[in-house]
Amino acid sequence: MTTLLYTEVEEELRAAVRALLADRCPPSAVLKRVESPAPYDLDLWKTLSREIGVAGLLIPESYGGAGASASEVAVVLEELGRGAAPVPFFTSSVLATRAALDAGAADLLGRLASGDTTAALAVPFTATPYHRAADTVEASGTTLTGTVADVAGAEAADVLLVPAGGALYLVEAGHAEITTRPSLDLTRPVATVAFSGAAAARLGSCDVAEVLRFGAGLLASEQLGVAEWCLETTLAYVRERHQFARPIGSFQAIKHRLADLWLDVVRARAAARNAAADTSPLAVAVAQAWNAGVAVHVAEEAVQLHGGIGMTWEHPIHLYLKRAKATEIALGTPGDHRAALAELADLPG
Amino acid sequence: MDVRDRIAGLLASADPADQVGFLRARFEAGLAWVHFPEGLGGLGAPRDLQQVVEKELAHTPQPNIGLQAIGLGMAAPTILAFGTQEQKERFLRPLYTGEEIWCQLFSEPGAGSDLATLATRAVRDGDEWVVDGQKVWTSGAHHARWAILVTRTDPDVPKHRGMTYFVCDMSAPGVEVRPLRQITGEAEFNEVFLTGVRLSDDLRLGEVGDGWRVAQTTLMNERVAIGGTPGRRGGGMIGVVSDTWRSRPDLRTPELHQRLLKLWVESEVTRLSAVRLREQLAAGQPGPEGSGMKLSFAKLNQELTGLDLELRRDLGYDDWSFRRSEDVDMLGRGPGYRYLRAKGNSIEGGTSEILRNIVSERVLGLPSEPRIDKDVPWKDLPR
Ligand SMILES: Cc1cc2nc3c(=O)[nH]c(=O)nc-3n(C[C@H](O)[C@H](O)[C@H](O)COP(=O)(O)OP(=O)(O)OC[C@H]3O[C@@H](n4cnc5c(N)ncnc54)[C@H](O)[C@@H]3O)c2cc1C
Repeated sequence: MTTLLYTEVEEELRAAVRALLADRCPPSAVLKRVESPAPYDLDLWKTLSREIGVAGLLIPESYGGAGASASEVAVVLEELGRGAAPVPFFTSSVLATRAALDAGAADLLGRLASGDTTAALAVPFTATPYHRAADTVEASGTTLTGTVADVAGAEAADVLLVPAGGALYLVEAGHAEITTRPSLDLTRPVATVAFSGAAAARLGSCDVAEVLRFGAGLLASEQLGVAEWCLETTLAYVRERHQFARPIGSFQAIKHRLADLWLDVVRARAAARNAAADTSPLAVAVAQAWNAGVAVHVAEEAVQLHGGIGMTWEHPIHLYLKRAKATEIALGTPGDHRAALAELADLPG
Repeated sequence: MDVRDRIAGLLASADPADQVGFLRARFEAGLAWVHFPEGLGGLGAPRDLQQVVEKELAHTPQPNIGLQAIGLGMAAPTILAFGTQEQKERFLRPLYTGEEIWCQLFSEPGAGSDLATLATRAVRDGDEWVVDGQKVWTSGAHHARWAILVTRTDPDVPKHRGMTYFVCDMSAPGVEVRPLRQITGEAEFNEVFLTGVRLSDDLRLGEVGDGWRVAQTTLMNERVAIGGTPGRRGGGMIGVVSDTWRSRPDLRTPELHQRLLKLWVESEVTRLSAVRLREQLAAGQPGPEGSGMKLSFAKLNQELTGLDLELRRDLGYDDWSFRRSEDVDMLGRGPGYRYLRAKGNSIEGGTSEILRNIVSERVLGLPSEPRIDKDVPWKDLPR
């Protein structure tokens, strides 16, 4: 029977990730990093992927991974969402790894599991599981040519996994031209990836839509983490901040808004847990249709309820707002997922 | 004896054609509510075992959830928590079998959300209490043999301290029940006048002056009962609207489609939270999520019934006649009735505003608003 609760193993994993992030990547450190030339924290990523071993969670033990379930991956994503952590876990260990599994790329999987190699799936982060756009990269023999916009995690990747003509190809990052651009999400910037006759190895066939769907379902857990951080941070603030000689959190107008946000987050937790335990198209569409909007709404309310300080660069809320808004757009908007439900729930338009 | 043996024994000996007889036998077998003590309809077993019992006995006679809601959901847990052994033995069995129906005499014209300000007086007279006052919005008082009643016994202390809780005999002289017509046309609730009603002291639940604490137990159970049971995916009220949608393609518009899909998602995540809450309870880790369920369901029910009516473009109504209703019949009645009745979901059992106060203070730990009524004797409160 699927359960929507957290197991003991998951809680231990959560505690390990949370402790590491508290130590190595508090919001102040993330703020500093996002404006540096290296927006991804690769040292932190090394510790996380190798010592805590998160890189190989999804990979079967036969390839050197942990053979863990999607529910364990989901807990890591909750924590990384809470920290707005600038590490390529989602892009490498979820999206790219799921694609490599689909293509049966044994050798690559071993390297991904050990944390020696970090990968990125060369597909726009705006792609959806529902309407597959035509490939913008063409394979000719063992070379690739073409351009992919809005690839997340490309800068942090050693190798790029590129879908072309129904197959998945591997290109060393050094053989591609990766151009970053200022991105809405400072902690997970996107880049344009161009190949001009780049040397490529064919890994196998790959159903990209299924990879994106799998990612979308787990992204709901990251969105849950973002929403939780925003809610908790705001609760702490309204208890402390005084105006009119009382904590602003004693004003009913504010209490009721927070009660409603809490209800939204409670339901986001149930939806995220469900989509991790049951990765069916329906569960994924429900989780994304709900959680993407909840994360944005809670982050927006967090800005408002902090007043002026919420508008400053100095306060980390904006990192979460940006992450929330970017993940609302990524892998299908809530509207895309609702449209899919018309068929999945038999409610034709 | 194992619970499965008890179930098998019950099925072998009791006659399902005899509703009351069967429920009596089920109560005797300890299968009414397994977490209650032995001899009182239970086995002193963990609460989650009840799910097994419900599943095995799903095809047998069931208590009437509509008519017996207040007895089963509110009176029983309160009697279990505060009643004397004699009270438990006297009341629980006929409450369960439906031989005796219960109602709730809490709200008054001057005391709704602020229940603790209530004015119905109970004055001691030897071994009896004499009760005078007026209650209102009393659902099902016209069916009820007994009521749970909160009264004021000491007007000289602050309001939360001077109350006492009773079981009220609805057949006692001086109890008068008058129907109140609702926006649906029928009369589901009543006003109840209590004039010189004499209640013997052994109908008191809990200590004199401790009525507020007893009432809290009732109210917590009320909210769980209203919000707590998860149905199947796509069922309940979203199922009603979805059925309309599927069977009437001629009614569809893109705008209604968007709203329907949004509400379908919200219904599903709300249902998943209820499932998760139940798993938490079964695992012995009850979370605070329960306080929110009634809020979510009230909002959803209201939006869904409104959408259903709009979708059907139905300008009719099934029955406005002023009559006593048996119980709340959300699925048997028409869409207009459902729309109107659902308006009560955010008022009955604590308004949505009050529930948001409770969530923000008890779950989220936010400070209460400054209060002027806490330390003032009840008789001196501004009115
Ligand atoms: C269908 C139905 C069945 C019922 N059945 C029963 C029953 O069987 N037995 C029984 O005892 N009672 C019953 N009730 C009564 C119900 O519990 C009360 O109506 C409810 O508690 C609200 O009290 P009130 O009607 O006096 O409204 P009020 O308390 O006067 O509230 C009026 C409005 O003010 C708001 N408000 C009040 N205080 C605050 C505050 N502090 N902050 C913000 N907003 C506030 C309320 O939310 C509401 O919107 C029933 C009600 C309904 C609708």
